[in-house]
Amino acid sequence: MAYLELQNLHREFAGGVKALDGIEVQLGQGEFLSLLGPSGCGKTTALRLVAGFDRPDEGRIVIDGKDITNVAPSKRDMGMVFQAYSLFPNMSAAQNVEFGLKIRGKHKGERASRVGELLELVGLGHAGDRYPHQLSGGMQQRVALARALAIEPRVLLLDEPLSALDAKVRVQLREEIRRIQLELGITTLYVTHDQEEALAVSDQVAVMNRGRIEQIGPPAEMYSRPATPFVAEFIGTMNRLEATIADPDSGTVEHGGVSLTVDAARGRRRGERVLVLIRPETVELTPADGSGGENTLSGEVIAQTFLGPVTRLKVVGPAADLIADVSTAKAATLPIGMKVTAALPATDARVLELSDPVAERAPELDPVGQ
Amino acid sequence: MRSGRRRLNLAWLATIPFFAYTFLFLFLPAGSVLLGAFKGVHGGYTLGNVRVLFHHPYIDAYKTSIEVSLVTALLGGIIGLATAYAALREGTPKWVRSIITTFSGVAANFGGIPLAFAFIATLGTIGVMTQFLKDQLHIDLYAHGFTLFGKTGVEIVYLYFQLPLMILVIAPAIDGLRREWREAASNLGASSWQFWRYVGLPVLMPSILGSIILLFGNAFAAYATAYSLTSGTVSLVPILIGAYYTGNVLDNPHLAQALAFGMFVVLAAMMVAYIPLQRRAARWAK
Repeated sequence: MAYLELQNLHREFAGGVKALDGIEVQLGQGEFLSLLGPSGCGKTTALRLVAGFDRPDEGRIVIDGKDITNVAPSKRDMGMVFQAYSLFPNMSAAQNVEFGLKIRGKHKGERASRVGELLELVGLGHAGDRYPHQLSGGMQQRVALARALAIEPRVLLLDEPLSALDAKVRVQLREEIRRIQLELGITTLYVTHDQEEALAVSDQVAVMNRGRIEQIGPPAEMYSRPATPFVAEFIGTMNRLEATIADPDSGTVEHGGVSLTVDAARGRRRGERVLVLIRPETVELTPADGSGGENTLSGEVIAQTFLGPVTRLKVVGPAADLIADVSTAKAATLPIGMKVTAALPATDARVLELSDPVAERAPELDPVGQ
Repeated sequence: MRSGRRRLNLAWLATIPFFAYTFLFLFLPAGSVLLGAFKGVHGGYTLGNVRVLFHHPYIDAYKTSIEVSLVTALLGGIIGLATAYAALREGTPKWVRSIITTFSGVAANFGGIPLAFAFIATLGTIGVMTQFLKDQLHIDLYAHGFTLFGKTGVEIVYLYFQLPLMILVIAPAIDGLRREWREAASNLGASSWQFWRYVGLPVLMPSILGSIILLFGNAFAAYATAYSLTSGTVSLVPILIGAYYTGNVLDNPHLAQALAFGMFVVLAAMMVAYIPLQRRAARWAK
């Protein structure tokens, strides 16, 4: 049975801006769900509705079977970690953590021991006396996490808690958050625009776009079986080939005058316009020998981006432009300007109905740069 | 080829007018007042001028000045803070904020004879409001002991510029209160009152204390408004200083300088009391 349910949530702001357009989420107790999406997709609005800082125009928020849609934020028993700078500046780290317990009238001794435990849990046992301005951004967010956990909330809400931190601290702290979440078994709703972050820490990921959830599922499924072109592009990088079903029995599609076999195209309607999605790591590049071959496209390497163990190559050809991730060692044998043959996998490609290719694209994502 | 000599930096020359101005119109007069306070009418140095400050009517003038300044600083501070918060808080229409800050900018600088006349025309014995209350609501203010031309009247008139001054000086501090603090407090179970008690007021306290000191000084040194309103019948230190300097009836500039010296001492005492309070209130910001 779901512990936290968002039922058909709608929220429209002044000027007719639809921030949420029928959100449905079911989250089991102890689960970690990330709301992932670009700026303005409605993920923070959804979180604020759950926290009680805003009210939905329509829909319900249910926790443990009880409707809390109209309950005041102070009565919801939810711990929230904000983006940044939310610590009370006039209180030390320990006093910040203690605040919720003090408000709840807990005994001084009990408060002190709980504060000590939580500061140890977030690795700041030594910094309890420091004021927020004496702490780094990462330390402040750890204190904010400890403060949110101090009241033993029913649900932990995190609103892009790592966005103001540098890359190294971000990775470190997200692992800490996941460790603590698993240790305490606390139901968690996490908002982020960083797909890597969402995939790394979540049990479930919900990709949001224009106030709606495009797809919800475990990270691996979101990556390997995106349900919409938007999800496909938002999570990881995809090659997109607009094609026409030529033979539904064999799974043959035609793209730019080239026939390609794609298993996922089998059984579709002949002549249907589809979008073939191929992950860069599944594209195999070899130096062109003029022989061509089945399921291949030809082209020329025009750019290389070093990504550590792999190098991303951009290949431009007469039929399509492609991105391929190859091992850095192999990339050395495929220099810029080399003619290459790209072998496309018949089994790993996804096929989606081509509805509105422009509108469906994930915003602000460059296929090479992503 | 670059020469090895350092270029002469002449930018500091631009500060000369500032230092010349402060020397001529601040330090020189202040020094002259300090020295003059200890001079006798017939020359030579004496403590006599300072000694008489502890006697009637001078000590009473200090008491009245301090009382008027404290009352208007505290009332102006509290009401100004509440008004500024109401105008600036999330949810208040922007036009309200705009009107209040614009009005405050004007009103905080309105004083002297025009302000006194404005109040005489409104709350004087035949003022518009006085007559309206008398004729329409049958409330005769002056029959109930109220007078605009006494200490209470001075306090009411001073509040006209003290309150907007408070709004102007506290507004940036209120703007600095982050929405996240309020939401975090609420999320942790705090009521609005608990937020203000534990977070809002402590965070604002250094600014509130600083603003109240400013308001105190503003009222303590005001002269023209009180003089125009009461014709000198309310004994305030600046009015006594004016009387001794102008020499209409009494001419004793050294006593006037001693009174001004006494004002320095009162303000210095206020600062001495304020600094530890300010330090304590702002210890978290160090």
